[in-house]
Amino acid sequence: MSAQKTPEQIIPGTYIFDGRMAMRGYDLNRMCYSFNAAENRRKFKAFPEAYCHAYHLSREQVHAVTDLDVLRLLQLGGNIYYLAKLTGIYGMTVQDLGAQQTGLSVDEFRAMLASQA
Amino acid sequence: MAHIIGALTSSHIPSIGNAISGGKQNEPYWKEFFDGYKPVHQWLQEQRPDVAVVIYNDHGLNFFLNNLPTFAVGAASEYITKDEGWGLPVFPPYRGYPEMSWHVIESLIDQEFDIAMCQEMAMDHAFINPMRLFWPNENPPAIKTIPVAINTVQFPLPRPARCYALGKAIANAVASWPTDEKVVVIGTGGMSHQLDGERAGFINKKFDEMCMEALLNEPEKLAKFSSLDLVREAGAQGAEIIMWLAARGALQGRVSKIHSSYHIPISNTAAGVLALANQ
Repeated sequence: MSAQKTPEQIIPGTYIFDGRMAMRGYDLNRMCYSFNAAENRRKFKAFPEAYCHAYHLSREQVHAVTDLDVLRLLQLGGNIYYLAKLTGIYGMTVQDLGAQQTGLSVDEFRAMLASQA
Repeated sequence: MAHIIGALTSSHIPSIGNAISGGKQNEPYWKEFFDGYKPVHQWLQEQRPDVAVVIYNDHGLNFFLNNLPTFAVGAASEYITKDEGWGLPVFPPYRGYPEMSWHVIESLIDQEFDIAMCQEMAMDHAFINPMRLFWPNENPPAIKTIPVAINTVQFPLPRPARCYALGKAIANAVASWPTDEKVVVIGTGGMSHQLDGERAGFINKKFDEMCMEALLNEPEKLAKFSSLDLVREAGAQGAEIIMWLAARGALQGRVSKIHSSYHIPISNTAAGVLALANQ
C-alpha cells in the first residue's frame, strides 16, 4: 500500500498550507509577519541572520531566507502571503517570484501570463 | 427594513493600488482594466447605497496564524490601513457602522454562524483596492462599512457552500435591521491566479468564465466545489472566489447582471469585476 498522498502532491506544483506546513513554518511566518512594521524591516535588512536567529529559524530556513529561495521557503513551511513581505523588502515583484519558481526569465514569465488571455 | 440592492465583486490585486496612486489609469497596460469599472460607477451614482458589507480576505496584516478566525466581522467605528510590509501608502480610516455591525453579529450567531468579533481591524489591499476602484473620487468614500473577513491563508479553508450560506445569513441580518438604508455587498479577490509553487502563473480563463456565469444564474453549482477543487481549477489564490460566492449568497431576490468585465493579466492574475442587482 502506498502512503496516503499529502495535499501538496494532489495538485502538481502547488503547496497547500495545511496544519502540517503551519507547524513547520510557524517561526518563519512569525518573522515575516513582523515585517508589517517598517522598523523591523530595517532591523532585518541590517543583520538578516541575526534577525532570523531571534525568531528561532532552523539553519535550513536561515539559508533559504538569505538566498531568497522561494520554493525552498515554501517547502520549509513558509506561507506565500507572509513570504511576500520578506521578498518585498528586496523589491521583488510577484513576477520576479513567479520567474524564479518556474525557472523562466521575468520577461518569459510575463509573456506566459499574457499568453493565457 | 434595510435592503440589499446588489453585489459588487472585484479582484483586489495589490498593483491596482499602485496604479491608482500613480495615476496610471489611462496607460495602455491599465486602460481596459480601469474602463471595466465605469458602468459600476454609474450604477453607484444612481443607487447611492448607505452601507457596504465588504467580504474580503486578510493577507497577514490584521490576523496572524496564532489566532486566525475562519470568519470575522468588524464592529469598529473606523478601520485603519497600514503599509502591509511593502511600504504602501497609509490612508485615512474607512468609516465603520458599529451599531449595525453588532446587529449583524447577533443575527449571524443566532443563525449558528459563530463568527469572531473585532472592535479593531486593520484593512489591507483586499479591502482598500476594491473600495478605491468602486469609489475612485473619494478615499475614503462616505459609505459606512462592515468588513467580513474569510480565512484563505490557512487550510482548511471554509467550504464554498459554507461561504455561500454565510452570504444568505448576512441577507437575513440586513433584512432585520430596522432602517430603510440601502446596502451593497462587496466580495473581493480572484479571479484565477497562483503566486506560489512551480505552477506559479497559472490562469484558467475557462473556469473564470464559468464562475461569472454561475454567479449570475446558478450559484449552487459553484457552492458544490471543494476548496481543493478551487485551488486546482482557479490556482492557489484563485480560491479567493469564495468571497464572490459569499457576496452572491446575500442576494435573495431577483438577480440580474448590471455589468461584468474580465481582463488577463493584471500582475499575475486574471482580473474580473461583476456587478449584480438584487430586486
